[in-house]
Amino acid sequence: MNQELSITINGTEHRLQVPSRTLLSQLLRDVLDLTGTHVGCDTSSCGACTVLVDGNATKSCTMFAVQADGCKVTTVEGLASNGDLHPIQEAFREKHGLQCGFCTPGMMITAVQILERNPSPSEAEIRSGLRGNLCRCTGYHNIVAAVQHAATISGGE
Amino acid sequence: MTTGTLIGQEVKRVEDQALITGRGQYVDDLRLPGLLHIAIVRSPYGHAKINNIDVSAAANAPGVVAVFTGADLSEQLGSLPAGWLLDEEATGMKAPEHPPLAIEKVRYVGDAVAAVVGSSPAAASDAVALVEVDYEPLDAVTDAEQATADGAPVVHDDAPGNLAFDWAVGAGDYDAAAAEADVVVSERIVNQRLIPNPMEARGIMADYNAGTEQLTIWTSTQIPHLVRLLFALVTGHPEHKVRVIAPDVGGGFGCKLYLYAEEVICGIIAKNLERPVKWIESRTENYVATTHGRDHIADAEICGTSDGIVTGLKVHVYANLGGYLSTFAPAIPTILFGLMLGGCYKFENLSCQVKGVFTNTTPVDAYRGAGRPEATYVVERMMERYAHEIGRDVLGVRRRNFVRPFKRGHDMPIGVTYDSGNYQGALAAALDKFDYQAFRQEQRDARREGRLLGVGFSTYIEICGMAPSAVAGALGAGAGLWESSTVRVHPTGTVTVFTGTSPHGQGHETTLAQITSSRLGVPMQNIEVVHGDTERHQFGTGTFGSRSLAVGGQALMMSLDKVIEKAKKIAAHEMGVDAKQVRFENGTFYVEDIQEREIPWGDVALGAYWAKNLPDGLEPGLEAVSFFDPQNFTWPFGTHIAVIEIDEVTGETKLNRYVAIDDVGNVINPMIVDGMVHGGIAQGVGQALQECAVYSDDGQLLTGSMMDYAVPTAEDFPTFETGRTVTPTTVNALGAKGAGETGTIAASPAVVNAAVDALKHLGVKHLNMPLSPERMWRTIQDAKEERRARRSAAARRGN
Repeated sequence: MNQELSITINGTEHRLQVPSRTLLSQLLRDVLDLTGTHVGCDTSSCGACTVLVDGNATKSCTMFAVQADGCKVTTVEGLASNGDLHPIQEAFREKHGLQCGFCTPGMMITAVQILERNPSPSEAEIRSGLRGNLCRCTGYHNIVAAVQHAATISGGE
Repeated sequence: MTTGTLIGQEVKRVEDQALITGRGQYVDDLRLPGLLHIAIVRSPYGHAKINNIDVSAAANAPGVVAVFTGADLSEQLGSLPAGWLLDEEATGMKAPEHPPLAIEKVRYVGDAVAAVVGSSPAAASDAVALVEVDYEPLDAVTDAEQATADGAPVVHDDAPGNLAFDWAVGAGDYDAAAAEADVVVSERIVNQRLIPNPMEARGIMADYNAGTEQLTIWTSTQIPHLVRLLFALVTGHPEHKVRVIAPDVGGGFGCKLYLYAEEVICGIIAKNLERPVKWIESRTENYVATTHGRDHIADAEICGTSDGIVTGLKVHVYANLGGYLSTFAPAIPTILFGLMLGGCYKFENLSCQVKGVFTNTTPVDAYRGAGRPEATYVVERMMERYAHEIGRDVLGVRRRNFVRPFKRGHDMPIGVTYDSGNYQGALAAALDKFDYQAFRQEQRDARREGRLLGVGFSTYIEICGMAPSAVAGALGAGAGLWESSTVRVHPTGTVTVFTGTSPHGQGHETTLAQITSSRLGVPMQNIEVVHGDTERHQFGTGTFGSRSLAVGGQALMMSLDKVIEKAKKIAAHEMGVDAKQVRFENGTFYVEDIQEREIPWGDVALGAYWAKNLPDGLEPGLEAVSFFDPQNFTWPFGTHIAVIEIDEVTGETKLNRYVAIDDVGNVINPMIVDGMVHGGIAQGVGQALQECAVYSDDGQLLTGSMMDYAVPTAEDFPTFETGRTVTPTTVNALGAKGAGETGTIAASPAVVNAAVDALKHLGVKHLNMPLSPERMWRTIQDAKEERRARRSAAARRGN
């Protein structure tokens, strides 16, 4: 059964008909070809698929697309604006916060939310805020450093 | 960007721009017109006979295009090969048939039985449940030791006793050493099974052109060229008509280092249907269908004098290999384990026996470190166990037994030659960061407050730089382990570097460009590094065993040297001098003392292609190909220190500090090396504290999803304190030993040694991993109970 939805993704409004069972992650990847959002598990554990839904970091594999009807969604493709990288993207590159890059989009989206809620988080607060996102390459060391760096270049203390 | 020497500089990665903007291209991001989707029917039983498979309901389901069983494809698919076979006469090596789709019998939960092809992923996976397989369940066995017992279920009829091999290596005379020793200490040491968990599970897309007979396979692999070779062997499709591409690969850690059933299944189905197909592994599927790591049961014995000189080590191992031999499985618990058991110590008597055992579990093969973490865990655990037994300090005992510093080769009794080492230096550097005496005071103070602190060390060594092909071949390797490169200079002077290594997070595009830039004086942005495509680069071996720089980097150096040599001839001809007079620095050819004679790199590159003024007999073009086969392995080493605190009430063990000094020889990009060290430490600490794959007796994987298997999170670690000593290798001109696996190899013994240190006063001598709260709580309760019993017994005796 198809259902209609209206959804704004990275500032562009889409009106779509999708099968009810379509997950938000599938809508992004398979319908809209926004493949920067990755799917790393099937138990809502890894966080690679994290996107912002109305400003809240959300695991897009655990939400039906139709549940996002009327919502504003930001994916990794929407972080940079006018050709300028978002501070979190700059920080991940500067601090070597990624290796294989698979967890990176979800990790950065979660980091954006951490810094929006707390512009000057402690190391413990960053680590706690990232616990829904798994990375197997970095041991999180440089991801934490990247979030700290993003806080600094964004004006947090 | 600067063009001077970039060696040793923290150059930011050229890979990152695509990956941080969502433009990575992992297999599941690739699309082809008319793409079909494959879902695999997998065994729900650990061990069962297949009486019948009825695919009719599935074949008639909406959106289903075809269903294939093993019988359907048996004419086209041979057995999946083991690429490393030990000497049959010496070890009784057995390599039973491994059909890509099981036909008569399934041997583990997850064993592939049929492939459903649908017009969408949902159509294919929905129809999986409609394939009716009539299974006749058989008794299963999952524990390697139990599998060798009389009467155990037999996994393969042609491997009696479930023995794949019985391998031994030794030096000196352990039994004589033990007989003469003051102290002999034994311990059963279990190295639990782990699930590698790269963040991207596996995925494959295949496309066939019936007109050209060209088959293209995109696969998330560490070894595209070996996949092509093995694919050709298994399917009979000619190797030169197969192209394998590893696009962006989301981590590997060893588990993408094989030819997998799905690779041949997808390729052959694409060929049969003449349609492109894709298979994307779900995470839960990954847990049963992708190889696991470790799973050793070791009985270890160490002997020595009462004042701290170790004289021998004996280790007998049951190594669980799972239901079939994966591509490199026989090498991991043998060569990469047994040859490491000398550690960085002088003892001369060693006895090692390894039984490789089939069980009804997912196949076990390399997982980051691969054999070396298991060996290091035994050696470093037993060193501290011995030190505790004789009442000596764990560092004093290590220092007493260290091999002395050496720069050009040290022969070990086991028959290998370490390249260079300074184990004392790495330990001293670690102690510069960690005040050992102050910690001991802190530990005593904490204990008075009822807090349990402990410190553990790991003065590890590893065997890397895989590998000298003749040595590996003599030990059972079914392929050469050299590496190759091509350096292609374009007429404008920009450069494409082709490498046979195949990165999946290690930053080769950056590191190899740094080397190239430094040698040629060409800016980084004018260099492209190409990897992971069998059609763009001649044969290569791939990325594993910390080999990419130590072997692949040296292959690149050789091609760069050849290019420079030829360019010098062209420049000399242009300048009217002898090539021997020409110097080359920072992208400029010049003749010393003749200032006006100077030709920039770009002019020589153009001249090589324009060819209007080349020396007689010199071919046009500027390109070189090299194959580097090392004469030895490389032997990185270091000292890692873990500080833990155990909550006596909950049993929770927390890592408070982690200090790592690694010596990987010369370093090209310290930022990248540090990053790999961090990740390795996290995997080693993860094993020590929380990770464990658990099977039920009938072969169900109880830790079968990411909700059940404890992949560590950011909250589980402190900030790591890393540093380096530098003892270059002589095996390659870069002096680089390889840095991909240090942390994983070193970390687990450091953490467990720390936990034993914290509980030593309670009489605890050894702990098995993972140090889960339950295990720790029970250990503490039992130890206290025993102490109470001892005291009351003593009191009774006193009365």
